Amino acid sequence: MADVTITVDGKKITAPAGALLIDVCRKAGIEIPAFCYYPGLSLQAACRMCVVRQEKVPKLQTACTTTVAEGQVFFTETDEIKQARKATLQLLLGNHPLDCPVCDAGGECELQDMTFKYGAGESLYAEAKNHRDEQQWSPAVFYDRPRCILCYRCVRMCGEGMDVWALGVQNRGSSAVIAPNAGNELHCEECGMCIDVCPVGALTSGSYRYKTRPWEMNHVATVCAHCGDGCKVTLGVRQSSEGAKIIRADNRDKSGMNGDFLCAKGRFGFDFVDSEKRLAKPMIRNAQGKLETATWEQAIRVAAEKLSAVKSASGGEAIGVIGSNFATNEEAYLLQKFARTVLGTNNIDHARTADYARFAKALAGKPGRSAGIQDAAWAPAILLVGGDPTEEHPLLAWNLRTNARLSKARIYIANTQSIRLERQAKATLKVDDYAKLGEMLAGKGNAFAEAVKGEEKLLVILNGDVQGAALDALLKWGLDREGVQFALLGGAVNSRGAADMGLLPDSLPGYVPVNEPGAFANEYANAPKKPGMALHEMLQKKLGALIVQGTDPLGELGVDGGSLKDTFVVVLGAFESATTAVANVVLPASTLYEKTGTITNNFGDVQLAQKAADRANVKPDFEIIVRLAGAMGVDVRTLVPFGKHGLTADLGQSRGAQAGEADRHAVWLAANNLEPKLSPFDPMALLDEIERLVAGYKLDRLNLFAGNPAKAEPGFVPVSALAGSGTIQRATAGLFTTPGLSQYSTQLAELAEHESPAKAVAAD
Amino acid sequence: MNLEELNQIADAVRAENGKYDYAVNVCQGTGCLAQHADQIQAAIGASAAAAGKNVQVRRVGCLGFCAAGPLAQLEPEGHLLKGLSVARADEVVSSLGGSPPPGLQCELSELVEKQVQVVLENSGKIDPEKIDEYIERDGYQGLVKALTELRPVDVVQQITESGLRGRGGGGYPTGLKWGMVAKAAPGQKYVICNGDEGDPGAFMDRSVLESDPQRVIEGMAIAAYAVGASKGYIYVRAEYPLAVSRLTSGLREARRRGFLGNNICGTPFDFDIEIRIGAGAFVCGEETALIASIEGLRGVPRVRPPYPASAGLWGKPTLINNVETFANVPPILRKGGAWFAKVGTAKSKGTKVFALSGKIRNTALIEVPMGITLREIVEGIGGGVPEGHSFKAVQTGGPSGGCIPAELMDIEVSYESLIQAGSMMGSGGMIVMDDSSCMVNVAKFFMEFCMTESCGKCIPCRAGTVQMFELLAKICEGRATMDDLDLLIDLCSTVKEASLCGLGQTAPNPVLSTLRYFKQEYIEHIQNKRCPAGVCTIKHEEVPA
Repeated sequence: MADVTITVDGKKITAPAGALLIDVCRKAGIEIPAFCYYPGLSLQAACRMCVVRQEKVPKLQTACTTTVAEGQVFFTETDEIKQARKATLQLLLGNHPLDCPVCDAGGECELQDMTFKYGAGESLYAEAKNHRDEQQWSPAVFYDRPRCILCYRCVRMCGEGMDVWALGVQNRGSSAVIAPNAGNELHCEECGMCIDVCPVGALTSGSYRYKTRPWEMNHVATVCAHCGDGCKVTLGVRQSSEGAKIIRADNRDKSGMNGDFLCAKGRFGFDFVDSEKRLAKPMIRNAQGKLETATWEQAIRVAAEKLSAVKSASGGEAIGVIGSNFATNEEAYLLQKFARTVLGTNNIDHARTADYARFAKALAGKPGRSAGIQDAAWAPAILLVGGDPTEEHPLLAWNLRTNARLSKARIYIANTQSIRLERQAKATLKVDDYAKLGEMLAGKGNAFAEAVKGEEKLLVILNGDVQGAALDALLKWGLDREGVQFALLGGAVNSRGAADMGLLPDSLPGYVPVNEPGAFANEYANAPKKPGMALHEMLQKKLGALIVQGTDPLGELGVDGGSLKDTFVVVLGAFESATTAVANVVLPASTLYEKTGTITNNFGDVQLAQKAADRANVKPDFEIIVRLAGAMGVDVRTLVPFGKHGLTADLGQSRGAQAGEADRHAVWLAANNLEPKLSPFDPMALLDEIERLVAGYKLDRLNLFAGNPAKAEPGFVPVSALAGSGTIQRATAGLFTTPGLSQYSTQLAELAEHESPAKAVAAD
Repeated sequence: MNLEELNQIADAVRAENGKYDYAVNVCQGTGCLAQHADQIQAAIGASAAAAGKNVQVRRVGCLGFCAAGPLAQLEPEGHLLKGLSVARADEVVSSLGGSPPPGLQCELSELVEKQVQVVLENSGKIDPEKIDEYIERDGYQGLVKALTELRPVDVVQQITESGLRGRGGGGYPTGLKWGMVAKAAPGQKYVICNGDEGDPGAFMDRSVLESDPQRVIEGMAIAAYAVGASKGYIYVRAEYPLAVSRLTSGLREARRRGFLGNNICGTPFDFDIEIRIGAGAFVCGEETALIASIEGLRGVPRVRPPYPASAGLWGKPTLINNVETFANVPPILRKGGAWFAKVGTAKSKGTKVFALSGKIRNTALIEVPMGITLREIVEGIGGGVPEGHSFKAVQTGGPSGGCIPAELMDIEVSYESLIQAGSMMGSGGMIVMDDSSCMVNVAKFFMEFCMTESCGKCIPCRAGTVQMFELLAKICEGRATMDDLDLLIDLCSTVKEASLCGLGQTAPNPVLSTLRYFKQEYIEHIQNKRCPAGVCTIKHEEVPA
């Protein structure tokens, strides 16, 4: 649209014709208060707070519905407008309970803020207030009727934003209330978006209500620990006897690449950190075959001695290493480097959820073909193959819905089953098998294929169950065309990172083949060149020693623990599991919310996870691996290049957010590529090496450390060989389940229980 | 269907009517039916048969003088009978051809003389469920003429020339509105008839729908042709079951005669109408709320622009007019816009139907030319206030309107002059008040109505009407101070200025207009703790001994 110039409070502003006045003003730094206006949702003009005076127009106008045109003149801060806003606030407060001292939203309440600013401090209306009892709609959502100011954000967010339509309005006039459409209970995705957008304390969160006051928490922005979309989540953390406890998770400042969105798992599934199954102390299996608690020094020493013994007796190939989808890039990188250079083995794998190696091979040397997750919100056309993003990748589903709703994106869906996103789709195609899809798209005569091919720019999103030849065919079809970008969806938070960092038996970081190590030949002296065993093989081949980090292969794969009877098993993990039950040494590790590092989402967006919670006596995997290596007699400097002058401080782990301050010094140093690396336990010390050696990880540090995603493009080095041994463990996530993590969250279990009978209803 | 065929149908009806020596037209509007007008009709029929008289006993629509019902009109003499009962059926039959039975005849001189009937021309004259009787009174000539002789743009031109303005209350020029919808991008368009008549004391639309449904259907069909719509909706309140049933049969009849459906009158024009029944919310009379309600959504207004003319029902260009507006259309097409414009004032053309009620002798449905004075209506047609009382004010425009005091009784009835007097034309409710009416109490009554009927969407209306009502209640009960009165006045301007739709923006009007002319009554309540009209119950504080 052509630009127009308008005058607001005497200031000339240029904006695109037809833009909403409220957006134009806010962008120009002119504050326009509003309750009902919410960017991206339908316009209400109901709260009347955004009224402004337009020259030559008889009545006050609502800035949220006024579109700008050339030459308009507005006034936003005259006495008349201040009075109108004040009068509206007085009316709102007429029936508002003023229980701010005990209200969850106290301190984070838009009504409080506006009353403060526009000064409706005096109560004009002395009539009795209309009280209604609070209602519980679900384990996650409570509604306090008198506090509600009827801005309808929740109703619109649930309907337009989530496409769930679980909330509506009942009754009329001053008796109007927000209510679940299906009766007295909410049966929905339990995403909590309604709570998030509520400007007051009318909708409160079952997991947070009455636990604390907002100003008693520190707010730490990090990456959600669940699915591979990688939403930014803000953890509200309070000091506790154990260290620092997470009280709340939400999308507080909406500054992440997830924008307004956060799903049920991100919002309510943080309590795995306090699971009863958390491992609290290191343990060693004693002579009687029982696990008994030990000190860190003892446990590390026992593990190191045994690993060294197995290595010298049977060689590195007698040791296996299983990594995790839930660890940081630095930990994954360090784990494989430790395995390859210290243990001397290529027996490294993780529970793979998508064939990223094949994906990287196809896209290697073709920059610009890999999409970021925000592209799903902007791309004019999308081809979605397989999976059900609504259940498995909620942010992706949100982006696609928003894109279709606001930008009229054309979504094409090819799937073996019917999925919710079809409601936003331009065309859908039911397929029996993804193997034939590439060929079908390339062929002629199919209306779906013709429509897809008619798109000049296309984002192809492939679910992880599109594998092998099917994946190859689709990638080839797209790469033969201009303007096609791709993404491949893995399962858990760092599934992509685990693969990118080389937790694979045949590939080094960046999918460099172990038998053609290139630059790694110098970096990883003595690393074996023969591909190692894949995950299943390691569990069956009765290895001398097995290191399992951050995962439960026995529990997840249902492998009989007896096969590991003679194997020395070292587990680095946060939770008790079937694998810890057969372990010889158990080393209690931090969860993602208790450590710092980078995470790569499904789309290759790299973000910084920051330590929020703290727990006595557990250590991040990074530190555990360094300590193991040290105890095995390795100069840890060869593993972690942590600074020229040795260890002087422990940056990043003990300082920072939970101490109530951002570590600005470290941020500044990092941004200027200076020397923050003073400890071998600082995962950031590895970031240089990752950037140097892992193809595609040329990261914009300033963005990364500021909490924004930095894009990684896979495979700029040619990948000549690809063994691709081992099956892909396709674990299906749901709205309330993340295989490997959600079983430790009580809150998610409650939500799943609440929704289980009504699942069919909510999905309608 | 062409004009010749219409004439054949008309001739057949006339031939049938001509077979009888007498006719008794028994009113079967809601008011008379409530007093068993159907049984009275049957009794008169039976009595005529027994007496061997050649009488046509017919069901007709509203005869207008509702307070005196059940009513019947005798032909050929034209006597209007009031207060009928089954017991007096024989008397009525035996009096045919002579003078009516004692005590049953209405004195009608003024009631009839001052009226000019355009919208109500068939009301009480035809059987509302017989389309052929409508055709006999020149019905559907307008539609046939429009379809066969005029281009859509010419139809709009006729309406513009007539000076017809929206009869729902706002008075927006109808021709202008039609022109906008006609000029909107081609494609699916809709015509909606707003029959959600909700003002307390208003029953004009109900009477038109009950008495002459074909007129509204024809008006909508003409409008659809003019704007290029193929689908129409009539939105009627569920509280009007008789209107719904007569419309239902009316639509069936119109389809049977080929005035609805495909290729109407042998032209390429297709049009059909569906009835949508409201669920009783006053705010659904507001056009955007009405549209939401038809779409199956909660009936709440949305912000305009976009106006329905560009994005209305399901986002398509939509013409929405009131029942009475559509009812004016057939005669305009039949006789020409210039004919219509002859009646009325410079800016308000034609006639207006009013439901006259309150403290008045003749509670009635009347149709008067624009420009008539309020005095002529109240004292002439209405017969003045009851004996022994003095006239105080007349309330027009329903809850959105205001009270016009006795000293302004000589202003003419037109959109502009009523607004100037602090009220508005409204849809046609006219409530007369005398010295036994307390103006504060009247304001409280309307405020309570607005409070209960507020949809709750925007804050000023949702919360403001409650607070205004509370303050008015306080004044009525003698608990208020002068500060409360100032607060009330402030609140009026907040709600008026800041509300989203017409309901909220006009909700303070009854307060503002009574304050304008009767402020002293408020002050009496507050300072002297007395209600001059003796209506309000003042709660006197106990004075300690």
